[in-house]
Amino acid sequence: MPNNPTPVAEADPVVEAKPETRKVHAALTRSSTGHEDLRELEAGLDSLQSDAARKHRIDWSRVLLPVAALVVLVLIWQFYVSLGLKRRDLVPGPLDVLGQIGVLWGEGKLQEAVWTSLQRGLVGFLISVAIATPVGLLLAQVAPLRRAFGPLISGLQVLPSVAWVPAAIIWFGLTDATVYFVVFMGAIPSIINGLISGVDQIPPQYRRVGTVLGANRLQMALQIILPAALPGYLGGLKQGWAFSWRSLMAAEIIAVGGTIGFGLGSLLDQGRILSDMTVVMSAILLILGVGILIELLVFAPIEKRLLRSRGLLAGSTR
Amino acid sequence: MPVVLENLGKRFGDGAPVLDDVNATIGAGEFVALLGASGCGKSTLLNIMAGLDVPTSGALEVPSDGAAFMFQDAALFPWLTARENIELALKLRGVGKAARRIKANELLELVHLGEAGDKRPHELSGGMRQRVALARALSQDRQLLLMDEPFAALDAITRDLLHDELERIWKETGRTIVFVTHNVREAVRLGQRVLLLSSRPGRVVQEWAVTEEHRTDAGLAGQLTGVITARLREEIRRHAK
Repeated sequence: MPNNPTPVAEADPVVEAKPETRKVHAALTRSSTGHEDLRELEAGLDSLQSDAARKHRIDWSRVLLPVAALVVLVLIWQFYVSLGLKRRDLVPGPLDVLGQIGVLWGEGKLQEAVWTSLQRGLVGFLISVAIATPVGLLLAQVAPLRRAFGPLISGLQVLPSVAWVPAAIIWFGLTDATVYFVVFMGAIPSIINGLISGVDQIPPQYRRVGTVLGANRLQMALQIILPAALPGYLGGLKQGWAFSWRSLMAAEIIAVGGTIGFGLGSLLDQGRILSDMTVVMSAILLILGVGILIELLVFAPIEKRLLRSRGLLAGSTR
Repeated sequence: MPVVLENLGKRFGDGAPVLDDVNATIGAGEFVALLGASGCGKSTLLNIMAGLDVPTSGALEVPSDGAAFMFQDAALFPWLTARENIELALKLRGVGKAARRIKANELLELVHLGEAGDKRPHELSGGMRQRVALARALSQDRQLLLMDEPFAALDAITRDLLHDELERIWKETGRTIVFVTHNVREAVRLGQRVLLLSSRPGRVVQEWAVTEEHRTDAGLAGQLTGVITARLREEIRRHAK
């Protein structure tokens, strides 16, 4: 109401703002009465504002639910087989496969196959990590390098590593080198990409803080960038392991004989040659089982710890 | 004089200047509040003083060892505990391992967080995080401490306490502090001098001295707050056309 000014408006210092008129505003002054008072106030506020520590109990639903899901799936499988729609030698039941696994265990073949594959998979994976981590950090930190090689690395990740098997056999023959080569080509690009995307997701503030604190390039990379990128890097490692394991199986299925030992892929291929579906199913279940065990025993605990320590687990369904 | 700004100007690309002809001197051990509305280039000016940005014209003199910096959000590293965050700053400064531990504990004690050293940032309240950030900034052991609206995101009760806390720590450590804020009350509460920066382009248009009486006499402080607010609004009103 500009054409009808009221006395109330005049008393309001917000509207009236002539510099020469001295209006008294609400002001801040010292609010505590001394050092001890301040310390006490702060301690009270701190305890009001921070969460009480929560206790971690064993959550049985974490164990029971997956087991229940497994039982249901096996029951459905058994039910389907007992309907007798397909020949039993083409679709064996859970008990047939379990029996075959028992036989393979008795022959010592199962232990040999799992041990050979697991050992190769882990060694191949660890070497991939050792190669991919510095390369990934370098690519993430040096813009021209990343622009030059980024698309190539992404492309390599998309390229199925099985495509390298024929080349590897020609170059290295039927040796362990063939298997490792294929594993590297599968794992290294995906670890590099995981690390790069982890670095890309770092809040820019962290780098500014690093600069202000006087970190040089190497310190920035090792003390700030790498730990900050850890969740993304761990995602890359998980994917890298998955690619290692898959590539390994592909290599073992295709390249059999020579000095290549007897792995799970070889077992699978042997089942195919013998047309023994129980062996094929056993091998598939073992490959799956190793994958699940590694996830449960290695990656899940690390990931959970990592996320919890950064306060990122609240409200998740893990 | 730890900080001298002479005819300082800054523009980004071909845009209008953000800072134009900024002149100021800040003495050793002084607490200066840099006040201005949004878009006055306060943060740009602070970045230039911190060496995170370079001016396009003019000259500036800052301590050769650079400045410690405190951001609006605490920007603590979430993978480190409160103590480790401080220790990392000391480590990047080249302090030895044993000395780091002792110094970090001293600094935590200084900001009244002696008990919370082993907590992760997400377990701390906003006020506690800012105090850890303050301890980390102090651990840089630089004469000049630049603060970019460090209490803006805190609740009112915590902010009032942190004002007292910052004043106490400033007196104990004798640092030179440049405190950027858009809150007139905060500027009057903390600064020995309040510099008002105009907006677009930023320039120091007026300054006021704040005496010890203003700290305890609410009437006196309120009067000064009124005067500064009026002058600030005048600056803002210029942009109405």
